[in-house]
Amino acid sequence: MSDQTIDSTFSTGSATRVVHHDTRVTNFGDRLFYRVTQTFALIVILLAFLLVFDLFRGAWEAIQTFGLKFLVGTTWDPVKREFSTLPTVIGTLVKAFIALLLAVPISIGSAVFISFYIPKWLRPIISYPIELLAGVPSIVFGLWGLFVMVPVIRAVQIWLKANFGWFFLFDGPAVYGVGVLSGSVILAIMIIPIITAVSRDILLTVPRPQIEGMLALGATKWESIWQVALPYARVGLFGAVILGLGRAIGETMAVTMVGGNSFDLIHSLFDPVHSMASQIASEFTEATYSLYVSSLIYVGLVLFGITIIISLCAQYLIWRLSKGHVAVFE
Amino acid sequence: MRVKKMLLGFAMAALSVSATQVLAAGCPAKGAKELTGAGATFPYPLYSKMLSEYDKACGVKVNYQSIGSGGGIRQVQEQTVDFGASDGIMDEKQKKEAKGGAVLHIPTVAGAEAIVFNVPGIKRSQLKLTPEVLADIYLKKINNWNDQKIKALNPSLKLPDLAIAVIHRSDGSGTTFIFTNYLSKVSAEWKDKVGFAASVNWPGDVGGKGNEGVANSVKQIPGAIGYVELAYASQNNMDWAQLQNKAKKYLDPSLDGAAAAADIANLPDDMEVMITDSSNPNAYPISGFTWLLVYENQTDPVKGDAVANLVWWMLHDGQKYAKPLEYAPLKGAAVKKAEALAKKIKVNNQMVLK
Repeated sequence: MSDQTIDSTFSTGSATRVVHHDTRVTNFGDRLFYRVTQTFALIVILLAFLLVFDLFRGAWEAIQTFGLKFLVGTTWDPVKREFSTLPTVIGTLVKAFIALLLAVPISIGSAVFISFYIPKWLRPIISYPIELLAGVPSIVFGLWGLFVMVPVIRAVQIWLKANFGWFFLFDGPAVYGVGVLSGSVILAIMIIPIITAVSRDILLTVPRPQIEGMLALGATKWESIWQVALPYARVGLFGAVILGLGRAIGETMAVTMVGGNSFDLIHSLFDPVHSMASQIASEFTEATYSLYVSSLIYVGLVLFGITIIISLCAQYLIWRLSKGHVAVFE
Repeated sequence: MRVKKMLLGFAMAALSVSATQVLAAGCPAKGAKELTGAGATFPYPLYSKMLSEYDKACGVKVNYQSIGSGGGIRQVQEQTVDFGASDGIMDEKQKKEAKGGAVLHIPTVAGAEAIVFNVPGIKRSQLKLTPEVLADIYLKKINNWNDQKIKALNPSLKLPDLAIAVIHRSDGSGTTFIFTNYLSKVSAEWKDKVGFAASVNWPGDVGGKGNEGVANSVKQIPGAIGYVELAYASQNNMDWAQLQNKAKKYLDPSLDGAAAAADIANLPDDMEVMITDSSNPNAYPISGFTWLLVYENQTDPVKGDAVANLVWWMLHDGQKYAKPLEYAPLKGAAVKKAEALAKKIKVNNQMVLK
């Protein structure tokens, strides 16, 4: 999905259309190459179908037992053999969207700065640490989050509760440090490098004459960035954000270490809550009976479904954006 | 001539090496060189030490993967490993699904869990808790450290007005199995509302990933209480509570307490017993065995011989590695019963160990 988003950016502005491959090639080498690439493409598609099929097969026992009530129930009880997943779905989505709220302005802001404001020779020096950050394993983020970030978040929570406790989002039953807020912040930190790196690459593809033309017409620098560069790159930037969202929803290790992992519905930013991916990872090893395993796979299926829905919405939005009907930055 | 002599020398050397290996107690006699096992994470540090020593003593490489008790049980059922390991007992349904017939539960060591807390001004061993109060705290019926029930047990302590934050494991674990099994034994309400398993539907509050997750939340949140393996609590200098056992004695968690919990007269022969809330007057109540899961009837004579000898070695020579790694070695009645179980291992209806 993400690759297509980026591709579509590169093709939006350019006048050249991709020339469709000619299948009636006669040269042997060409035919061989065609067959080889075709096989690889089919393997990828086959893998995707096998994955869905296997998820369904694994989850079948749970689907038969709980049906769609699995999606709206709030109990996860391995002892009484009752499973449903609403609190974790909400927890996962809320954490991912708050993470986006925090990460998007920072990422796109820094991408703009790197692309337009600093001298060319300085770019790699600023960009390199960001790319380095993107390669840090999530367990490292998790441990850092647990030992360093959570105490800081907890101090912030105490202050928020004391001063803004009347606001429902800051009205937790107690101040644990771990919870929705910590989970969101660690996710934001983890997705900033990806969104920044992709956004920077996209902004660098904005043709300079467009910006220079704007400047020539008397616009200030920020006006030309705001009114030309960003709208020009909007599809790609949107793709970068969706890429970050994808990582935030699927993140497992770091978010389980700071998320509090409760199975209750959340009411405030301070409540501890589980994420779907971390729930699967942390309970799978000790899931001792088949309905339990099947329910965890069902959670995986739901997570897969959510990812597909988000990706479809993103595709639709990109399609609208690239046709010019909707423009985010205008 | 010289070549012949050299060959002879080599042969002698080889013979003497194999002779010493055969002489060493608990080494397989039928030439097995490799075994695989999988299961519980709790005994993993001990097993990896034991197994590397076993390799040195007998020249048998044992590959143990700590994939969790549930995984260990599944692998044993499917016969993909030579032995499994678990912190919990297989239930009837799981036993039925085992493809190789009857599975023996052979305990190797015992362990204890500490109740750790973070209450300003109160240090290790100062806080006293009864099973009833601990259960009420985990049921969220006691919410504050200045609750009358806690005060009554600790008249000399200055207990603050501080909300109790209950911390538990969020990942499925044998540690949770033992802890919830204990609460189910001491509280009818817990047994009814929550029950026991590797992962349960907790009444509250925060789930931490692994011992380190629980320990960190306890350290960072004033008013927190949690349960972690004894080794983890003592290595991290955590404050723990004294817990009242069945004989009404308040005890710190200790290896001796765990060993005592396993040393009781009425241990069943199959050793499929949770030793939580033990009747031994010196027993620390939140203690548990960790078991090896071995098929009683082995199909492969070479592997069967090797597994039986490995078990025997772990029950005897291997035990000396337990204490330094903070596991409680078996003692008294428990050793005898475990030996009897190891002797039950058969190949083609022939006992392996004599």
